[in-house]
Amino acid sequence: MSAVIESHNHDDHHHGPAKGLTRWLYTTNHKDIGTLYLWFSFAMFLIGGAMAMVIRAELFQPGMQIVEPEFYNQMLTLHGLIMVFGAVMPAFVGLANWLVPMMVGAPDMALPRMNNLSFWILPFAFFILLSSLFMEGGAPNFGWTFYAPLSTTYAPPSVTFFIFAVHIMGASSIMGSINVIVTIMNMRAPGMTLMKMPLFVWSWLITAYLLIAVMPVLAGAVTMMLMDIHFGTSFFNAAGGGDPVLFQHIFWFFGHPEVYIMILPAFGIASHIIETFSRKQLFGYASMVWAMASIAILSFVVWAHHMFTVGLPLAAELFFMWATMLIAVPTGVKVFNWVTTMFKGSITYETPMLFAIAFVVLFTIGGFSGLMLAITPADFQYHDTYFVVAHFHYVLVPGSIFSIMAAVYYWIPKWTGNMYDERLGKLHFWLSFIGVNVTFFPQHWIGLAGMPRRIPDYALQFADWNMISSVGAFLFGASQILFLFIVLKTVMGGKKATPEVWEGSRGLEWTVESPAPYHTFTTPPKVN
Amino acid sequence: MNQGSKKTIKTLCFAVLGMFTFSFALVPLYNVFCEVTGLNGKIELRATNDKNIEIDNGRDVSIQFVSHNNEEMPWAFRPSEDNIQIKTGKYHTATFYVKNTTNKRMVAQAIPSVAPSNAAAHLKKLECFCFEQQELAPGEEALLPVRLIFDDELPSSINSVVLSYTIFDVTDYNDVEFSQHHNDDHHAGHEMEPSI
Repeated sequence: MSAVIESHNHDDHHHGPAKGLTRWLYTTNHKDIGTLYLWFSFAMFLIGGAMAMVIRAELFQPGMQIVEPEFYNQMLTLHGLIMVFGAVMPAFVGLANWLVPMMVGAPDMALPRMNNLSFWILPFAFFILLSSLFMEGGAPNFGWTFYAPLSTTYAPPSVTFFIFAVHIMGASSIMGSINVIVTIMNMRAPGMTLMKMPLFVWSWLITAYLLIAVMPVLAGAVTMMLMDIHFGTSFFNAAGGGDPVLFQHIFWFFGHPEVYIMILPAFGIASHIIETFSRKQLFGYASMVWAMASIAILSFVVWAHHMFTVGLPLAAELFFMWATMLIAVPTGVKVFNWVTTMFKGSITYETPMLFAIAFVVLFTIGGFSGLMLAITPADFQYHDTYFVVAHFHYVLVPGSIFSIMAAVYYWIPKWTGNMYDERLGKLHFWLSFIGVNVTFFPQHWIGLAGMPRRIPDYALQFADWNMISSVGAFLFGASQILFLFIVLKTVMGGKKATPEVWEGSRGLEWTVESPAPYHTFTTPPKVN
Repeated sequence: MNQGSKKTIKTLCFAVLGMFTFSFALVPLYNVFCEVTGLNGKIELRATNDKNIEIDNGRDVSIQFVSHNNEEMPWAFRPSEDNIQIKTGKYHTATFYVKNTTNKRMVAQAIPSVAPSNAAAHLKKLECFCFEQQELAPGEEALLPVRLIFDDELPSSINSVVLSYTIFDVTDYNDVEFSQHHNDDHHAGHEMEPSI
């Protein structure tokens, strides 16, 4: 292992960051790049959130009042794409950049220049995607799942820019994953065996493998679209011998592992935070690792549960139903372990812990509605209703996003050297918690009552719950401005943080000073 | 960078290329899978070359013909007969009436589908208008033949089969995909061809 460290010489070994804007442009430092990713993700979160506000404002009352249906479709599509590829995924990559090298005792990521590249192509991808709003025919309007032929035969001309943007996002994710895997596999400190790695590192190792496996499939899908649109092929065009259902198979072969890509790092984060604030060792470490690995493997054989209504044969519907339900077993193991870790612990409820507990409870609710959707005959009723919207927002907002917020509160003292304002943090938590539930819980009911998703107008009987849902969304949206304020305030100053920050914190990142020096573990620490 | 890292990077790059290739391999795999299992009502868009398919003592099967126009395809398109009784192992010729109701020359492609889907593998065609594109002058009409046969392995539970055709307007991009292959090799399938 020592060979790794010796051959890994930076020019700037003994001084801090460069000055000015070029520090950020040319940086190869994992902490700088982590910061860039996190701020970029925050910006995208606010832009995607603003689009959600447009959607909820239009749905505040039945009838069309604020936007045209065409623009509504564009908002819906961009909201999904930006939140998935611009907010959640880069936030996790940013956390990985900051934390993985420190957690495994490595001086930096394995491929620092590629790390710089994988971040700096992202702003271009989203610039291209967002600029399509101002093009003739408008932005992509076919939903984030871009089903053919909506995204091919009937797409606005800007679809080509969308395809290019997705290619760039995919390239960025693939480079990021290669970096994470090489770092974890080859740069761990002596003594850090795989089964001693912190769970966030494990979760990211598995996530990175998932990304390597499915981002090329997404690239393949959009390439086929590009060829259908511009080069006269007929991958998805029935008239030319292709098949639109094939698009859905390819998309969801990517798409289902993708939803686990957006939740596995959250599992790692929740494990660390619950362990720390329960002041107990995590219950069932090995089972946590195996559960994540099983979830990842199973994610490749459940894709068709997104397409129960396309006319699958009975055998396929049964297979995908049972395979999907099987995922509840490892997920149940994880929830059990988190609850058991808290059991008889000396728990304190600082902001990260509040978010982590809310994550466990609300993610479990989202998991249960997922189980309901997995039941094939029931899915025929739920398919394309607001019940589905409620389900995936429960796993993504109080799931992935709450875990990211928890991670920010938990590690920001390590990043900035300052404690955040605990009172404001708790206020942010409660506003977000109430906002998210008021927004999405009623959507279960209106979905079960039959309100279709992706439509800018609705029948009168859904009016009351939609109005409540919109009020919740405005509350949730506004409380994120408070989050921005809290983060900025912490960056500017605050109570100084100790190296260990939290009483019960465990792990290598808490052995270095706060804020973490620009270069950490240039000589590898000894683990046990 | 040490040897271990280089090896990991190389492996991962191969994995990325492999998965990208796999995404394209999914296309023929999907078609082969559908064809072998008959799922999706997919039926071969090529003539059968099975010489021993004809038998004398077949059983009665009812076959219904259905026609659809895709999207804004303006042509008149309907089967000459809606429902006929045929015997397995005996050839039968059915016809579809088609008329270009517009005042411009148009090219159409018909795509077949069979229900129930497990009958698809047993419905063979010696000749079908769906093997080729149809070009009609303004106002021109035609009777399009399909010569078909059920092989004797048609599952005994199936007594009634629906053969449906959807007609697509391919005027704008004909000569790209289908006609090329049909010129090369008249009825031989290629990987993209047999579908729906």
